[in-house]
Amino acid sequence: MKKEEVPQDKSNLESANFRELCYAIDENGEYTTANSTGWEPKTVALNNAIDEINDRIEDAKKRVLEGKTSPIEYHMELHKMDVGILASYVGLWQWRVKRHFKPSVFKKLKMNTLQKYAEVFEISVDELKTIK
Amino acid sequence: MKEETIINFTHHQTAHCENGVVSNLMKHNGFSVSEPMVFGIGSGLLFCYIPFLKVNHAPVITYRAMPGHIFKKFAKRTGIKMKREKFSNPKEAQSKLDENLERNNPVGLQVGVYNLLYFPDEYRFHFNAHNMVVYGKQDGRYLISDPVMEEVTSLSEKELEKVRFAKGAFAPKGHMYYPISFPEKLELEKAIVSGIKDTCKTMLAPIPIVGVKGIKTIANLIRKWPKKKGIKTANHYLGQVVRMQEEIGTGGGGFRYIYAAFLQESGKLIGNEKLIELAKEMTEIGDLWRDFAVEASRIYKNRSRNDAGQSENYNQVANQLDHIADLEKVFFKKLKKAI
Repeated sequence: MKKEEVPQDKSNLESANFRELCYAIDENGEYTTANSTGWEPKTVALNNAIDEINDRIEDAKKRVLEGKTSPIEYHMELHKMDVGILASYVGLWQWRVKRHFKPSVFKKLKMNTLQKYAEVFEISVDELKTIK
Repeated sequence: MKEETIINFTHHQTAHCENGVVSNLMKHNGFSVSEPMVFGIGSGLLFCYIPFLKVNHAPVITYRAMPGHIFKKFAKRTGIKMKREKFSNPKEAQSKLDENLERNNPVGLQVGVYNLLYFPDEYRFHFNAHNMVVYGKQDGRYLISDPVMEEVTSLSEKELEKVRFAKGAFAPKGHMYYPISFPEKLELEKAIVSGIKDTCKTMLAPIPIVGVKGIKTIANLIRKWPKKKGIKTANHYLGQVVRMQEEIGTGGGGFRYIYAAFLQESGKLIGNEKLIELAKEMTEIGDLWRDFAVEASRIYKNRSRNDAGQSENYNQVANQLDHIADLEKVFFKKLKKAI
């Protein structure tokens, strides 16, 4: 990549007002660095990944409303987590977290277990029980 | 701790965080070592497909060595001694950090990205192998030199504790590190040779998920994705391949350009013309990785497009990867002989 080819496309970096560093060659073939505001092929990939997450959140929300899963799964998706990550944050085995997705099990959860989840998601226990 | 401690530390932006922390800490200690030099000596270049692991619900490919390895190999090959500490107690982690700052010693920290508030929201994923330098404390806030950022920034005590004790894969556990002793003179030549040899060995390894063979394996998987997973999932997977290759930190082309810069700098330093020539070749290979990303993005641009043409497009980008694999195979054989 030549220095003048370092892409300056619009991207999500703009919101934080920073440009990333790329390596490229100058007119003499010497390596140098140049800042890039973004590159379309990866902006599209990132936006797709975010859409994918939003789809997962919507899907979890729908299933909570249908009584098929507990709000824990919804909040997990909202925080871009999967079961493994959530389990390590609450300090429980994965199978236990998965069990807590069952609405019938969720209803009977003890206050301090609910508290653990609420703390991880940085919300109150009441907020944990509801979805927006 | 005192109200205010600011170490006279110069922030240099780099492409990748791990190289960047090493390079910046070296410069702080009076050794001018560039980012590509750290990356090359630490054998950072890689291609590896990690089966059975999924991140963001898609397969994982890495274009660089596992977190921490670049650092470890660089230190070993240049004769630098590092001190590393992990903590189970966040309070102890903080007081050890404060002690170092009071001793005028900037330290490297491993942190999780998800709660790094100065990152754009879209980039905040549960990725725990990010690195930064802390170089002071002012008004209760830690002064942060994050190598991928253009400027320095700061985090509150609470914010820093959160990222140091992020959970999940590669949990940092407060990991703090800094150099404690240096050789009298930095002998780079030997270190460069071992770094290159190691990279050639890995890239040519007879293991189906690593190096050149790993690229072939991924090409084959890509061909199968549309039929096996459906177009929508295939598009998601392909997008993730490009993100791993190009997202902040690779310097472009899945680290190939940084590696080319390393070969060029090394060639000049040790007077090896062949390395300078090979740097040009690596740049061209980097360009092909970029072309692959462009073609792939044409496929996943429309996330749910589904027709017979898409399957054919998948075959085409897979062919591009096969071609890159063939070129890299020849390249690393030549590189091995050049030193």
